[in-house]
Amino acid sequence: MTDGCGAPAQTASLPATVDLANEAVIQGTVEREGTVVPGAYARLLDSTGEFTGEVVTSDEGIFRFFAAPGDWTVRVLAPGGVSIDSNVTAQTGEIANVKVAI
Amino acid sequence: MSRSDVLVDADWVQAHLDDPGIVLVEVDEDTSAYDKGHIRGAVRIDWKTELQDPVRRDFVDKTGFEALLSDKGIANDDLVILYGGNNNWFAAYAYWYFRLYGHQNVKLLDGGRKKWELDSRDLVTDVPSRPKTSYTATEQDASIRALRDEVVDAISNKNLVDVRSPDEFSGKLLAPAHLPQEQAQRGGHIPTARNIPWSKAANDDGTFRSDEELRKLYEEAGVDLSKATIAYCRIGERSSHTWFALHELLGLPDVKNYDGSWTEYGSLVGVPIELGEAK
Repeated sequence: MTDGCGAPAQTASLPATVDLANEAVIQGTVEREGTVVPGAYARLLDSTGEFTGEVVTSDEGIFRFFAAPGDWTVRVLAPGGVSIDSNVTAQTGEIANVKVAI
Repeated sequence: MSRSDVLVDADWVQAHLDDPGIVLVEVDEDTSAYDKGHIRGAVRIDWKTELQDPVRRDFVDKTGFEALLSDKGIANDDLVILYGGNNNWFAAYAYWYFRLYGHQNVKLLDGGRKKWELDSRDLVTDVPSRPKTSYTATEQDASIRALRDEVVDAISNKNLVDVRSPDEFSGKLLAPAHLPQEQAQRGGHIPTARNIPWSKAANDDGTFRSDEELRKLYEEAGVDLSKATIAYCRIGERSSHTWFALHELLGLPDVKNYDGSWTEYGSLVGVPIELGEAK
């Protein structure tokens, strides 16, 4: 069966089927006053500001993207008109961590 | 056709939640979102297990669609309002699919689940029970679905609109950035295609851009709106979103969705592939 393009579960650890050596992972957490925020929208924008992907944060407030090496922006949207941008650099074989406080 | 014939906003849905003859349907690939909360009264359609054939790579046939809608308690004369996560990709896919099987009275909730959530509107966990119906579908409307040979023939002849992200278009990525990248098919795009990511047709909150903005977007990217158009992506849901923008919102007469999309095209032996930016 063909899998869709929808995002997989935003689990705390990388899915076992993923070989990090081949991926440039960007992941992070969204927090509000020290408490994780589930259900926020994390959008990945490329170096030109073009939208590349979007996931919804998990119950642990986690988001994750499988990007390509280079510079990216993570934009977090949440109720109340929240929209916060964070810049991040991704490298193959590494996990770039981002903490977003809203 | 005007925008209000095919699209409703969150306020409208809120005001008509209890109207008879209206069925809200949430369509997702990951249906756990529905379990956590959905718009009151909404039934669920699982994109993966209910809209796709379990064996062949195709979607369910006419009989399967009739059985599905009958089970969900949707009648032929119901107004169906579709919404979902992922900026309505799967809802737009379902919309295209409802049209394909002849259901005319169907609309999308503008912005889908995201807009509803960002507005902090209520979600419930109660699952409604709707009496079974006996739904009758029409034969597939081939005028809105492109198959692979037609896509190959369209190179240099029709508008080919590749709605994936620029990195998928150029061949740098094989799938959206929230998915692992190991895939069988080659990277790149169909020669002569223009790259207009689906996301350019939507605002940050998931609502569609205005008709004027949409028209300008496609024209400036080199799409001749007087010609026939085929939209594609990786597997056909993001391109359903663009099909909706071109065919339903802008009202262009000849727009098809190529649901085989890149996972089919990029695996075909012998077809031309272009890498890098649009030529």
